Amino acid sequence: MKRTVLAVLACLLLLPLGLLAQVRNELRFYLHSDPRTFDPLLVTDESSDTISFLTTGRLVCVNRETQALEPELATSWKTSRDGRTITFKLRDRVFYSDGSRFDAEDVAATIKRMMDPNTHSPFADIFGAGTLTARIVSPLEVKIISSTPVAGFDRIFDQIAIVSSRSPLKEKAALGPYFIADYKPGSFIYLKRNPNYWKRDGAGKQLPYIDGIRLEIQANRDIETLRFLRGEIDLINSLDSEHYDQIAQSAPASVHDAGPSLDSEQMWFNQVANAPIPPYKRAWFRSTNFRRAIAFAINKQDLARVAFGSHAQPAVGPISPANKFWFNRNLPPAKYDVNAAMKLLQQDRFRLDGGTLRDEGGNPVEFSIITNAGNMYRERMATMIQQDLSKIGIKVNVVTLDFPSLIERITEKFNYEAALLGNINAGLDPNEQMNMWLSSGESHQWNPREKSPETAWEAEIDKLMKAQSVSTNPAQRKKYFDRVQEIVVQQEPFIYLVNRDALSAISPSVIGAHPVVLRPETFWNIEYLRLGSNARGK
Amino acid sequence: MRALIIRQLLTIAATVILGGFLCAIFVRVAPGFDVDMQQLDGRLSAQAVEALRAKRQSSRNIVAFYGQYMRNALHGNFGKSLVSDHSVRQLIAERLPATIQVAGGGLALAWLIAFSLAMAVAVLRSRAADMFAMSAASLFLALPAAVIGLACVFADAPPLLAIAAIVSARLFPYVRSVLTRTGNMPHVLAARARGAGELRILFMHVLPVAAQPLLAIIGISVAVALGADIPVEALCGIPGIGQLAWQAALGRDLPVIVTLTVLVTIITVTLNSACDVAAEAVRGQHA
Amino acid sequence: MTSLQKFAAMTLTGIALATVLSVAMMRTSYATQFRNIPNAVPSHQHWLGTDDLGRDRFTRLVYGTAISLSLAPIAAFISVIFAACIGGMAGYLGGAWERVITAAVELVLCMPWLFLLIAVRAMMPLNISPLLSVIVTFSLLGSLGWAASARVVCASVSSLRDSEFILRARASGTPGWRLLFVHLLPNLKPVLGAQFLISVPVFILTEANLGILGLGVSEPLPSWGSLLTELESMHGFASAPWKLVSLVLLVLVVISFQLIISSDEVSA
Repeated sequence: MKRTVLAVLACLLLLPLGLLAQVRNELRFYLHSDPRTFDPLLVTDESSDTISFLTTGRLVCVNRETQALEPELATSWKTSRDGRTITFKLRDRVFYSDGSRFDAEDVAATIKRMMDPNTHSPFADIFGAGTLTARIVSPLEVKIISSTPVAGFDRIFDQIAIVSSRSPLKEKAALGPYFIADYKPGSFIYLKRNPNYWKRDGAGKQLPYIDGIRLEIQANRDIETLRFLRGEIDLINSLDSEHYDQIAQSAPASVHDAGPSLDSEQMWFNQVANAPIPPYKRAWFRSTNFRRAIAFAINKQDLARVAFGSHAQPAVGPISPANKFWFNRNLPPAKYDVNAAMKLLQQDRFRLDGGTLRDEGGNPVEFSIITNAGNMYRERMATMIQQDLSKIGIKVNVVTLDFPSLIERITEKFNYEAALLGNINAGLDPNEQMNMWLSSGESHQWNPREKSPETAWEAEIDKLMKAQSVSTNPAQRKKYFDRVQEIVVQQEPFIYLVNRDALSAISPSVIGAHPVVLRPETFWNIEYLRLGSNARGK
Repeated sequence: MRALIIRQLLTIAATVILGGFLCAIFVRVAPGFDVDMQQLDGRLSAQAVEALRAKRQSSRNIVAFYGQYMRNALHGNFGKSLVSDHSVRQLIAERLPATIQVAGGGLALAWLIAFSLAMAVAVLRSRAADMFAMSAASLFLALPAAVIGLACVFADAPPLLAIAAIVSARLFPYVRSVLTRTGNMPHVLAARARGAGELRILFMHVLPVAAQPLLAIIGISVAVALGADIPVEALCGIPGIGQLAWQAALGRDLPVIVTLTVLVTIITVTLNSACDVAAEAVRGQHA
Repeated sequence: MTSLQKFAAMTLTGIALATVLSVAMMRTSYATQFRNIPNAVPSHQHWLGTDDLGRDRFTRLVYGTAISLSLAPIAAFISVIFAACIGGMAGYLGGAWERVITAAVELVLCMPWLFLLIAVRAMMPLNISPLLSVIVTFSLLGSLGWAASARVVCASVSSLRDSEFILRARASGTPGWRLLFVHLLPNLKPVLGAQFLISVPVFILTEANLGILGLGVSEPLPSWGSLLTELESMHGFASAPWKLVSLVLLVLVVISFQLIISSDEVSA
């Protein structure tokens, strides 16, 4: 009896081992939330973006390493001199995962659906007030015409996934290396290799090499790190510094610090004219000297070193140095200078009165910084800024709020004084930041939706941003946008604190991986990744 | 008896309806009700942001919303999530199995642990065993639920153990005290004096009397398990109802939160009433 | 009092005294950031090392203990008052009143109070001192957490109501208010006392849970909740066991409270 039980137990224990011993050609990693949508034209969140990246095809593609534009579904393209028309020559004999054929009609249908106001596609917003129409020249040639000149017209198509116009599966018919084979909400998504994928490697072998991708949905970053260390998943994108250090301790060969990313962390003061805050405080916040003094008094070097364990760089301005083309190299590096701060404050008639800074009217300088609860790094930065500013006699109150309360304050009620948040910059082109820089923009956080620019410098930014958005000469655009960066650094509407490093982890068993700064850091070259034979110990 | 049941049913109905309404009011007055997290996306145009806002406008008038909600709920339609575009019913159906496994399994395990430990203590009458079990219970009582959840994450233990630990720590002292108190009753002492075996005493004399106070705590144990389910699922990343509740709270997802509150109210209130009725029945039998 | 209870009471008193003494003698502030030595190991200057911003962990532990230990009883006191009023009324009035109030209590137990907490926190003025905000949070917890105690109070009042001496007093024509204040309340004291002792650790734990979820006290003020957030990055505890001291202290205090209560509860 006892022996039978033991035998059964042994079988039960060995069974999974036997299954696991088979080499599985499957890549595994985690999504941090359910995708909000599988419609590639509606993608706004990270998880949907990952799915879209892995399953859809685009006409052109920004090489995530060189940041140069490369052909994909289009073999060549030409932008007209006035920047209103772009003509794509399409790749022949490309098929969707369900076998239906790709041609110019799909491109035209995609553009039409994207521009339809009922679709609410975020990609339509890139073109601002302009409209796009597509004209099919031949099955393999399509002309896309804009009502207004579009700067960087060709690069925008890196973001626009082409959706089938005829397949009964609609947007689920994949043109990318994988297709969605299974989805259990809250649990996992399984992607299978697209048998009709058009890309081939140098030897003529059809890509991708890896047969399947299992994406489990797991919001907990600690669990993710733990499972990575145990070899249960193969990679982690956008790692934070705490977990990076944890993995580096036991598996130094798996982690990659690709240097500063495009993302920035910044703080800003509420400059909204009718915000419910005391008028004397609004006067401080609207003073350039005050904002610059604060920027001087914050030790950004320390923020990068202590709050991010040195996996961040002090920010210079609105654009990260990681953005090779658009970053303005002439900007002065960030400087921590308490004396300069005091000098600027004195120009505005602030004075130190026994350890407390007072304004002209005798009001003690005190303000609150709001940030989102549960973000360890922002809480650390805010607490450090609190101590930095106490050195020039300013009392800062740090308030952490849950996200909806925070958003309501900064976008609708404007009942806050200063906020600390980050910007996730997915795109390289300044056109994607129009809503942030135009004084009429929704994301013009320090003073959104201005009827007309309230300051001369905001008027100048408006002019420059509009000029760059219609210019077709890259050098001229760069000149305009360099000036925008200069103004922002001089005026400090956003006080840019740090650029976090692009950190990632990928198992050494994944061959061909070469993590970069741009998203998706580890699997941007997914088609070319292979799993080594020693990959699956378990 | 029938009057009692009818009264209990009426109370349940009133409590549930009121509970759902109160919950809807809370969500409505919480700041950040009519914002969507996507609003911060710099790429969105004014129209797109407006569309996001409009989606939430329909539920601004909370009385109208609740009336409509209740009408639809009677037909089994609990509305659509404001965050994920799925129907609430679909979301709950998808996530129920995971929660049944974690919270239900944890609860069952907790009763098993609490009961067998308490019985062992009552039968063995060993001070050492008692001390050990009580200190373990005290330790788990003294740890915040979130810490127990985190410990499960780091030990990579199944999360139902966290629930079992939390619930049994509360159950065990109660079950133990009920069993000991019953064990010292005159009829039990008399039976022991007659030389009856310990197991016989337990099953014939102690348990029938202890049934009533034990029934009374079933409802509470379910409430404790449900309460612990949210932090445990949120921290351990279990795709269940608890995680849904946490995400819905963060996203101010009105229909989801109201539905979940109504469900929790129904479960706990019904259980408590059922326990009352059952206890009444037991009392009637003994009298 | 058993010897175990005495021991528990002594432990609590000892912790409280040590905290008061340490606060009085503390020279560094709990907010000072020694930025050159973040995450330092214990040393002569920093007995428990420093935290991620280089703040002295021992100082923060002392102040956090002071805050949690002095505010949790306030919350418990508030909740017991509520419980006495509501539960007492239900038990005293009995009948339909008792059923309505019991149903209301159950309803309260099912509500998502997290929302109200978030709401109140978000509605508080931004420029209030961290101390004031933590006092408000605890008071709010106290005024929400009465339901469980109310049930117990209700049960003991209704059993008192049917007890012989009350029946006799009623029969001899004692007016209702006199019955309530002279006969009922004094007899409730032990129940209320036990409920108070039970509630203190509950509020300590609630604050700790809120802290771990990121909704605790605001920086730079420490509390057990904010100290426990360190546990979230729990890796490396084998190599840094001193980070667990706050958890150990919390467990010690809560267990001591439980020990003091346990025999009261059985006798009640």
